[in-house]
Amino acid sequence: MRLDPGSAASFYPPKFKKLCIMEYFIQQFVNGLTLGGMYALIALGYTMVYGVIQLINFAHGEFFAAGGYVGAITLGYLSGLGYMQTHPVLCLSAAFVFAMAYCAYLAVGVEKIAYKPLRKESRLAALLSALGMSIFLSNGMMLTQGVYDKIYPGEMFQGRFDFGTVAISYLQIMIIVLTALLLVGLNILVFKTKIGMAMRATAQDKTMSALVAIGSNKIISLTFAIGAGLAAAAGIMYGLYYGSVRYDMGFVPGIKAFAAAVLGGIGNITGAMIGGLIIGMVEVFGAGYLSSEYKDVFAFIILIGVLYFKPTGIMGENIDDTRV
Amino acid sequence: MIQEFKKIWKPYAIGMLWLLGLLWPMLGIHADGTLTIHETVTVWSYILAGTAACLLIYIFKKSGHLDFAGDPVSRAVSRIKARTTTIPNWAWSLGFIVLACSYPLFADRYGTDVAINVLIYICLGLGLNVMVGLCGLLDLGYIAFYGVGAYAYALLNTVYGLGFWVCLPFSAFFACIAGCIVGYPTLRMRGDYLAIVTLGFGEIIRLILNNWMELTNGPNGILGIDPISIYLPVLENGLTFELFWMKKLHLLYYFVLALAVFTAIGIRHLNISRVGRAWESIREDETAAELMGVNTFIYKLLAYVMGAFFAGLAGAFFAARMRFVSPESFTFLESAMVLCMVVLGGMGSIPGIMLGVFALIVLPEVFREFENYRMLIFGSTMVIMMLFRPAGLIPAKRMGTRSDEREG
Repeated sequence: MRLDPGSAASFYPPKFKKLCIMEYFIQQFVNGLTLGGMYALIALGYTMVYGVIQLINFAHGEFFAAGGYVGAITLGYLSGLGYMQTHPVLCLSAAFVFAMAYCAYLAVGVEKIAYKPLRKESRLAALLSALGMSIFLSNGMMLTQGVYDKIYPGEMFQGRFDFGTVAISYLQIMIIVLTALLLVGLNILVFKTKIGMAMRATAQDKTMSALVAIGSNKIISLTFAIGAGLAAAAGIMYGLYYGSVRYDMGFVPGIKAFAAAVLGGIGNITGAMIGGLIIGMVEVFGAGYLSSEYKDVFAFIILIGVLYFKPTGIMGENIDDTRV
Repeated sequence: MIQEFKKIWKPYAIGMLWLLGLLWPMLGIHADGTLTIHETVTVWSYILAGTAACLLIYIFKKSGHLDFAGDPVSRAVSRIKARTTTIPNWAWSLGFIVLACSYPLFADRYGTDVAINVLIYICLGLGLNVMVGLCGLLDLGYIAFYGVGAYAYALLNTVYGLGFWVCLPFSAFFACIAGCIVGYPTLRMRGDYLAIVTLGFGEIIRLILNNWMELTNGPNGILGIDPISIYLPVLENGLTFELFWMKKLHLLYYFVLALAVFTAIGIRHLNISRVGRAWESIREDETAAELMGVNTFIYKLLAYVMGAFFAGLAGAFFAARMRFVSPESFTFLESAMVLCMVVLGGMGSIPGIMLGVFALIVLPEVFREFENYRMLIFGSTMVIMMLFRPAGLIPAKRMGTRSDEREG
């Protein structure tokens, strides 16, 4: 086990080292929880859409980036008006609501244009259409918002709690709490309400659910909207956490979140949450203990390993031949 | 015409309003606390004008109002087609090759440079075509094989001082090995899982190239790669062979032309062989192919290896031509671009892919002032092709005849 030279542990004399290793571990654990929560939010969009129409929505990473951008725009506007200094929490809530609504709106339109006409065609056609949409959206963001990183106006939320050498920033607490709230809310929506029942019914069998008067088009739109809204929330968190957004930022987190969805068992909502947390933890611990240069590789290796050894994932049911 | 219009105006209007709502937050909300609308409306009205024009042409064509212009054209086209079908295929190919060979005689430096790009991408597009078009395996990390080929030549040349011709087979070999490494674990999957896993592999290879400082010099890339060298006979003091560097642009052009012709012939022969038929059967229905005794795993792996082989050759040439390689040349966007060319031209069709490459390399060069919109247009091209013409501009012809066609 090798520690990074810049880490907290290397500043302390050897007799404290054991303690510091523990604290380093806790610090990494908190970081992993933050990151894993974001991945879980993105992964839910993939897994829900896959559950309903068996399509990998390549443009999902772009919904995440768009959410980050709209959040930055809203926060910038509000701080330009001067509200950020007086009511930061209110402004942040407004940014979340606006970005989630915007991405839901974007996703519903994208589904109608690029995916709905291809629902009966081959999988390859829908997949290529999704890929084209992803390139189109990310370049649309580049053209409207610029090639360079957009700095997130989040100075308001700086500050942290210190527990010895473990530091937990307010942002991390905010992200973890908000993620937990969104996940619980989604679980209630899917497993306790009529709409959620309709969604699960559509995912199981479109024809049968249509026979009991569930409009599958509406449910598919709703699924896209919810998934994109969650991705938008993750986009704002990501922007606040790393301090900036970029037009192509959706690509790598998108694949990692997909890896999380596959790890949890694609189509399974609880699985996506667990998978997101695992991918976040693996990335953070891998970067902390093994190699920070190759931190992106770990998620890909997990993805390939899961698909090779257990394509149904941790929580997935048996997938029939048409799905894999 | 009214009927057509009635059918289409409502979704179109909703779509345009949706777009306006989409554009406004991105363009109209400013960080100084002001809200504006005029930039949004300007951009939106440009898009509105463009799409409305396309839509009007479409409606006119659909309702038969363009027949007065279209009929003579289509009659002329069919007449030309009737004439040209009597010309055998070899004459077409020969004509193209003669045209391509004489091209540098009347093209300037810039034109030759663009032509070299076109030919490299033809090699790549045809190689990707083996996987996507012939075998139906969507590979989103294809450019990684190109990268492996390029780095193989770059490293063998700068570290061991080997020449281009020795390295060329090695480049192809290493790319094939990479193809096996990617293919072996992933080929149990189908369709979209395969796509995303190949994407992951492509990124892994790029990250390794980017981070393995000792071997690849990381993001700085490898400098000072030797160009292609040949030994020319010199008759001055007796018959000796002298080393001659192919640095001149038109020599490079002829080399890559030969490479592209080799690729095209190779893929054509693969396509019409037993292997090609096996690939086609896998593409159409894998289970049925397996039942008919096609060893699907071996053939899919072969598709990977062959695709990687051609990418490796193209990669070695790329390294020798640029004399510099860096991981930046092998990003996902490059893969997507090659894929877009294949999709635009027509999956599985060799002339189609050539046309697709030509369109997507030459047109952006002509419309230089719209450089920024290039990837935007690539993305929308892919969506539009899938919606309206999934087989591409020149759809692939099926090899041989089916029993039901023969009877009917």
